Amino acid sequence: MIRTITAIAGLCLATAATAQEVAPVDVDYDDMGAIAVSLSGAPGDATAGQEVMTTRALGNCVACHQVSDLKAEFQGSVGPSLDGTGSRWDESQLRGIVSNAKMTFPDTVMPSFYKVSGYIRPGDAFTGKAGTEPLPPLLTAQQIEDVVAYLTTLTD
Amino acid sequence: MTKTGLLTAAIAMIATGALAQDDNQLIINGETEMITEAPAPDYISGLKTIYSGWRFRDASLQQMQSDDFENPAVIAVDRATEMWSTVEGTADKSCASCHENLEADMKGVRAVYPKWNEKAGELRTLATQINKCRTDNMGAEEWKYTGAEMTGMEALISIQSRGMPVNVAIDGPVADIWKHGEEMYYTRYGQLELSCASCHEQNADNYIRADHLSQGQINGFPAFRLKDDGLVQVQNRFKGCIRDTRAETFNPGSAEFDALELYVASRGNGLSVEGPSVRP
Repeated sequence: MIRTITAIAGLCLATAATAQEVAPVDVDYDDMGAIAVSLSGAPGDATAGQEVMTTRALGNCVACHQVSDLKAEFQGSVGPSLDGTGSRWDESQLRGIVSNAKMTFPDTVMPSFYKVSGYIRPGDAFTGKAGTEPLPPLLTAQQIEDVVAYLTTLTD
Repeated sequence: MTKTGLLTAAIAMIATGALAQDDNQLIINGETEMITEAPAPDYISGLKTIYSGWRFRDASLQQMQSDDFENPAVIAVDRATEMWSTVEGTADKSCASCHENLEADMKGVRAVYPKWNEKAGELRTLATQINKCRTDNMGAEEWKYTGAEMTGMEALISIQSRGMPVNVAIDGPVADIWKHGEEMYYTRYGQLELSCASCHEQNADNYIRADHLSQGQINGFPAFRLKDDGLVQVQNRFKGCIRDTRAETFNPGSAEFDALELYVASRGNGLSVEGPSVRP
């Protein structure tokens, strides 16, 4: 443990911003699919999370989910409404669902936003051409934290 | 509507959330009645009823397809009609050299493709068959599989079957190919891990933003897509769908897409041939 702490401290000095970031392959999901610790090592920003959720090139969560609190038009109906989601799930569960919902709901159609390999015919973004795993995750660690921070505010 | 009808509808609403696809009936040019709703074939376990994509479109778009004066695909059909009797290639032939009566000879053709070709021992899509006619019988160059000449000719041939039920064979020599197509339909491709079924079976009638998800039936292809301002070849649509899952897609004319086309066509057995349809 002491050695680990020293190692982490060393990393902090080297790459201050990403020192405590958990890489997609190192994420620790519990039996229920939840993730206990922040993926970025920093708290999320709920306002930035709203931006991620409504921006087509980022999370575009409203493509499938409806959130009354968000201004985005044409919200989808493929997934459940996220109104009150912060009352139904705690932060670690929300982090797990956003990162890889299949760890919580094995049959869900929801894409995994923090997963980089294990795909069938992985592509290079939307080009239709082959991509090479590990692919960049759909969202960064901090973007996931931002979304989680916003979702926890959606209480009944 | 009778009380029983209302009750059935109410039960259906409870069972599936809401039925946003409407009850409108498609009659083209005031005379050709189209079947846009039919019982699902028994080999499709995920659906009870099949619906044409037309039923998921808004009223103005439905109207465009109801009248050939409004259907923008008809221009391409006219062009292909000229092409039908245009001599090309080393054999000095046109389509009309072998198929003298376009309407009678092509009636019912679209409804049964993709189809096994006994002599060649292979499955042929309509596009493949058109190209084989060109190369083998006319001594002409192949058309680009998804190009404008091809989609125009497909539209001309499809329109001769308009209103007839799709009836592709899935057994006998094509059984294994059909099975391959079925596997593809349920395979979750790409970084978004979406299969055809994720959207068009599990979530038909739901919305992805403003897109009203249909069952992905292909009885209306080639389809005039307003977004592309032109006719779209069905395998070009497949390519776009798989690309949109952030996957490495397949190429139009590939064995994989031929298998998928056969399978998806068979999911629409019983719906009318609608091509060329109009879609957003």
